[in-house]
Amino acid sequence: MLCVRTGGGSRLRLSLPFSNGFEKMIHSLFLINCSGDIFLEKHWKSVVSQSVCDYFFEAQEKAADVENVPPVISTPHHYLISIYRDKLFFVSVIQTEVPPLFVIEFLHRVADTFQDYFGECSEAAIKDNVVIVYELLEEMLDNGFPLATESNILKELIKPPTILRSVVNSITGSSNVGDTLPTGQLSNIPWRRAGVKYTNNEAYFDVVEEIDAIIDKSGSTVFAEIQGVIDACIKLSGMPDLSLSFMNPRLLDDVSFHPCIRFKRWESERVLSFIPPDGNFRLISYRVSSQNLVAIPVYVKHSISFKENSSCGRFDITIGPKQNMGKTIEGITVTVHMPKVVLNMNLTPTQGSYTFDPVTKVLTWDVGKITPQKLPSLKGLVNLQSGAPKPEENPSLNIQFKIQQLAISGLKVNRLDMYGEKYKPFKGVKYVTKAGKFQVRT
Amino acid sequence: MTDSKYFTTTKKGEIFELKAELNSDKKEKKKEAVKKVIASMTVGKDVSALFPDVVNCMQTDNLELKKLVYLYLMNYAKSQPDMAIMAVNTFVKDCEDPNPLIRALAVRTMGCIRVDKITEYLCEPLRKCLKDEDPYVRKTAAVCVAKLHDINAQLVEDQGFLDTLKDLISDSNPMVVANAVAALSEIAESHPSSNLLDLNPQSINKLLTALNECTEWGQIFILDCLANYTPKDDREAQSICERVTPRLSHANSAVVLSAVKVLMKFMEMLSKDLDYYGTLLKKLAPPLVTLLSAEPELQYVALRNINLIVQKRPEVLKHEMKVFFVKYNDPIYVKLEKLDIMIRLASQANIAQVLAELKEYATEVDVDFVRKAVRAIGRCAIKVEQSAERCVSTLLDLIQTKVNYVVQEAIVVIKDIFRKYPNKYESVIATLCENLDSLDEPEARAAMIWIVGEYAERIDNADELLESFLEGFHDESTQVQLQLLTAIVKLFLKKPTETQELVQQVLSLATQDSDNPDLRDRGYIYWRLLSTDPVAAKEVVLAEKPLISEETDLIEPTLLDELICYIGTLASVYHKPPSAFVEGGRGVVHKSLPPRTASSESTESPETAPAGAPPGEQLDTIPTQGDLLGDLLNLDLGPPVSGPPLATSAVQMGAVDLLGGGLDSLIGAPSFVAPPAAAVPANLGAPMGSGLSDLFDLTSGVGTLSGSYVAPKAVWLPAMKAKGLEISGTFTRQAGSISMDLQLTNKALQVMTDFAIQFNRNSFGLAPAAPLQVHAPLSPTQTVEISLPLSTAGSVMKTEPLNSLQVAVKNNIDVFYFSTLYPLHILFVEDGKMDRQVFLATWKDIPNENEAQFQIRDCPLNAEAVSSRLQSSSIFTVARRNVEGQDMLYQSLKLTNGIWVLAELRIQPGNPSFTLSLKCRAPEVSQHVYQAYETILKN
Repeated sequence: MLCVRTGGGSRLRLSLPFSNGFEKMIHSLFLINCSGDIFLEKHWKSVVSQSVCDYFFEAQEKAADVENVPPVISTPHHYLISIYRDKLFFVSVIQTEVPPLFVIEFLHRVADTFQDYFGECSEAAIKDNVVIVYELLEEMLDNGFPLATESNILKELIKPPTILRSVVNSITGSSNVGDTLPTGQLSNIPWRRAGVKYTNNEAYFDVVEEIDAIIDKSGSTVFAEIQGVIDACIKLSGMPDLSLSFMNPRLLDDVSFHPCIRFKRWESERVLSFIPPDGNFRLISYRVSSQNLVAIPVYVKHSISFKENSSCGRFDITIGPKQNMGKTIEGITVTVHMPKVVLNMNLTPTQGSYTFDPVTKVLTWDVGKITPQKLPSLKGLVNLQSGAPKPEENPSLNIQFKIQQLAISGLKVNRLDMYGEKYKPFKGVKYVTKAGKFQVRT
Repeated sequence: MTDSKYFTTTKKGEIFELKAELNSDKKEKKKEAVKKVIASMTVGKDVSALFPDVVNCMQTDNLELKKLVYLYLMNYAKSQPDMAIMAVNTFVKDCEDPNPLIRALAVRTMGCIRVDKITEYLCEPLRKCLKDEDPYVRKTAAVCVAKLHDINAQLVEDQGFLDTLKDLISDSNPMVVANAVAALSEIAESHPSSNLLDLNPQSINKLLTALNECTEWGQIFILDCLANYTPKDDREAQSICERVTPRLSHANSAVVLSAVKVLMKFMEMLSKDLDYYGTLLKKLAPPLVTLLSAEPELQYVALRNINLIVQKRPEVLKHEMKVFFVKYNDPIYVKLEKLDIMIRLASQANIAQVLAELKEYATEVDVDFVRKAVRAIGRCAIKVEQSAERCVSTLLDLIQTKVNYVVQEAIVVIKDIFRKYPNKYESVIATLCENLDSLDEPEARAAMIWIVGEYAERIDNADELLESFLEGFHDESTQVQLQLLTAIVKLFLKKPTETQELVQQVLSLATQDSDNPDLRDRGYIYWRLLSTDPVAAKEVVLAEKPLISEETDLIEPTLLDELICYIGTLASVYHKPPSAFVEGGRGVVHKSLPPRTASSESTESPETAPAGAPPGEQLDTIPTQGDLLGDLLNLDLGPPVSGPPLATSAVQMGAVDLLGGGLDSLIGAPSFVAPPAAAVPANLGAPMGSGLSDLFDLTSGVGTLSGSYVAPKAVWLPAMKAKGLEISGTFTRQAGSISMDLQLTNKALQVMTDFAIQFNRNSFGLAPAAPLQVHAPLSPTQTVEISLPLSTAGSVMKTEPLNSLQVAVKNNIDVFYFSTLYPLHILFVEDGKMDRQVFLATWKDIPNENEAQFQIRDCPLNAEAVSSRLQSSSIFTVARRNVEGQDMLYQSLKLTNGIWVLAELRIQPGNPSFTLSLKCRAPEVSQHVYQAYETILKN
């Protein structure tokens, strides 16, 4: 053991190299809750004072609404790149030219990892697992370079907390840190670990499509597109090699792939061929945009009017099914941001229930499902602040709905084949269509 | 059992208890204790005092405990360097461990400990790890070279690590290749001239192979590296593009954007006739659109980049207008960007849709967004001629809403439409005039006045309208005043008979009663023109105006080309080249697009390049003045200047010159040029070019020895705002020298060094006459008192208020800014006593409107005491009279810049309220002189 115990600490300190401002990538990370408390900080290089967050708070104050805080903020000496997820701000401190998307993607990956490990990405969950959080952050980034961000690899390095494990650990004194090199880390398939074993081998796919649309006053479609994803839950032993083919692969002309997919096979044969990660993951996401292909499953009849020089107005909306392919539309919710001068609303729904929050001016109508025999409607009076001018803007309606057993684009899985392993897996595909950002202008 | 238990503290001596636990014999207890320490660290608590105890836990075979101790070490080693040495042996041993995970962990952690002594021990283990049989260790070691280079570049070069790193580019493992590329790119950035990343077709081939197999992050490093390569011909460019294209389908948006960068750059080399060029164009659109369905933060960055891409190659997204339509719950920063791109993509084909959207947006709630939407309608009219009529009628509809800010914004854009299509839409003027009274923003008022002046002959009551603006002429902003002046002159030239009085009124307001040189000069020019040659005046003032250009906000083409090379970076978000804002501009090389190989295309890209985009546009994105000030400080305040100041000033001048003239106007010349006060005292009060310098002979001054009143020190910069540095201070003037007495207190936990100070330009040219000398490093809790001599030879810029001073102080931690007010009496020179006769003549000479009267209340002193007290602060009593029992003191004082202030102080016996009348040719100082009187008399 070296022993340097001199009083000359100060001399040594003077010869320290001061950081010359050349620090690549993410320098520090601060986690901030909605009330502005910094409840966690992690520095990958030298410690950056919390006061740097003052610039962030300033921007936050200016933005009024948490969602409007700009994601890139410049300060005299740093850049702050932040994301807002699950009511938390992830604020990273950057000192040099860095691709902001790189940082934002990474921050989302951090949030995903917390979600994956603790079941939720919340201040309480993070505080409850602060040591694991710290270990994870250290494992995810080295010198600002992302190191291990794949859930599979991380879980081999640092085991997620379970009630059982913490009990076992405290009895046996074993730890929640893996002590062998993760097998996937360096193979050509970093997303999968070796030696996976299941008694029930199963492969399930969820085709989830969301319709983003803007419908104008008259009911015609201003803009519509479908954002689709195929999420997979694969629990297969060994090294299965899968191919997934579609009835109508031509629909997929704008696709983003999980790294496991062999791009060449897709280009030449329009077949998704891959060795899957173990567990849940997003296989592809895709976008179908040409307008005639996008069916709009609901329509809204609306009449919202405010009388001049009077403190009331009328509100009347009715929802009906349109191109729903013979399926039931369910889980319908209508949200409306009413103008500021609206004091209260006295409405009667023919089905479901509604609430109006007089503070945020948000009207929420929980409709349920549509039965074509009797279309759901909500009508009644709007009370305005007396004396205030009649609102200029008409509120937009935000519609949520869900259709089971249907991919609205018409995408259909043809078959799933497995190579490389001998057993017969259970297979399944589920389809669901939902409203994404579905807005009706009035 | 959660980790939140680690946050619970006991009443007394948390650190003490932790210490005991850390030294416990029980392994489990030790581990728990380290976890508690880490938990405290995560919330920013200082647990560095436990350093030796934590380090003692390092030698363990429990990997979790080892990792935790490493975490702690990385955080605190820097503040406890000699303690950190204790850890070296364990590190070296761990680097030999049979488990590759531990070898990699050790080399990774050692690289993060930025302590010189440790780096020496790092070299041998690092060399071994770079050649380790396990690729996991090799890839970790590659990053470690970059870390080490950051700490000690020379060492890395001497040890030959750079060559080893270059060899790793040919490694068999793609992850090792990616990390080697990342490390080399980082090192190369600090050595722009070095040929570290010597890219040639062979190495490019290796990178492209690794690109397919490495992790998403590795792909970004490789793509960014590829983007710096210049292919030798179009065939090589095409083959690289072909191999990069699959990355456009990656789920990671950063990979996608980096791939877009490579493609956009190499496309430049491809001939547009190639089939492949068209294919590539088609392939670019979908991934860019897909980025817009991601999280809003990603959307924002994507939109900023798309803005560049559509300027460079509008054909890429010309069919995708609809994806930029705004959803009402998009965050505002996304909305504004989408709107910008909508305008860029607007064409005859889609203008109807665009207009319908814009009209929709103009009734939204968010004011900024609504304004921008209204402006966008105007831009559409100017861009797409066929749509102009519809745009104008849309704008008129909006004006009917009577929403104040909508009306104002609409009038501003209608003015531009008139400029673009003269004599076409003047029928709307009547509607505009109806809204005259609601205009309260300068830009809208100016636009309206312009319209009235331009079309004066068609507006019957143009003279009445303009006259109504004239009433409050002096309260208007310069913009409005200038516009009003021009409009009335136009009116006069068009209807000379009825408006003569009006034009005379405005000319005299502009030339005699205004202190704005622009306004005055313009007034004189018109006056001269009108009085000498009315015909010429007509030709000049009513000349046909050039049509305004189509798009005024395009980025200048050369800058655009440079920015295309920086797609995906911060530069692309700010639309400025990195040299403009990356700190210190360190090693930034200007990038440029590769030249086209084909010959026939120099005349293409018609949509871009309008004649001269106004340079002012770029100012939009320039950070606040504070940032620029920061840059300036970084450039010219290096280590504290210990040599003779005169010698260094030249160097500093040079550094500032590098910034170019543009910045000078914002910040001003360096303030260090003045020689120190003690050496050349005669220079102290040198006025700026007033030609009166011979009056300023300090040696013959009547300065009193006691010096003027000194206010107690006030806190100027609280520690909270300056990372622990507290600055309080005051100003003094003694025997003709002004100084700033500062008290610096270190309330941080870290030693502060390298202090420097600089002032922004100010009204009286105050500037430090010598560098800020803090002789020893400032340790925590230590306080030091410094007297900084000031000169008044700095550059001058009128501040608001007149006596405010913006100061930047730098130390090893950061640069901080604060502003303070200085009492005016520090500027009263010691020879400010005026001769009685001169006083009398001057008093008469200064017009009466320059006289300001103030009340000084509750002053118990009598005339003698007042006189002597004021004299010690260089306010001299020239004469004294007794009129009807009142004491009249006639006083004079002179400011460092040669401005004389004359005063009459009326004192009634038994009445503690004095009346002070001040006369000065620069009446704006009066208020501050009065404050000086107050301060001096009441303290």
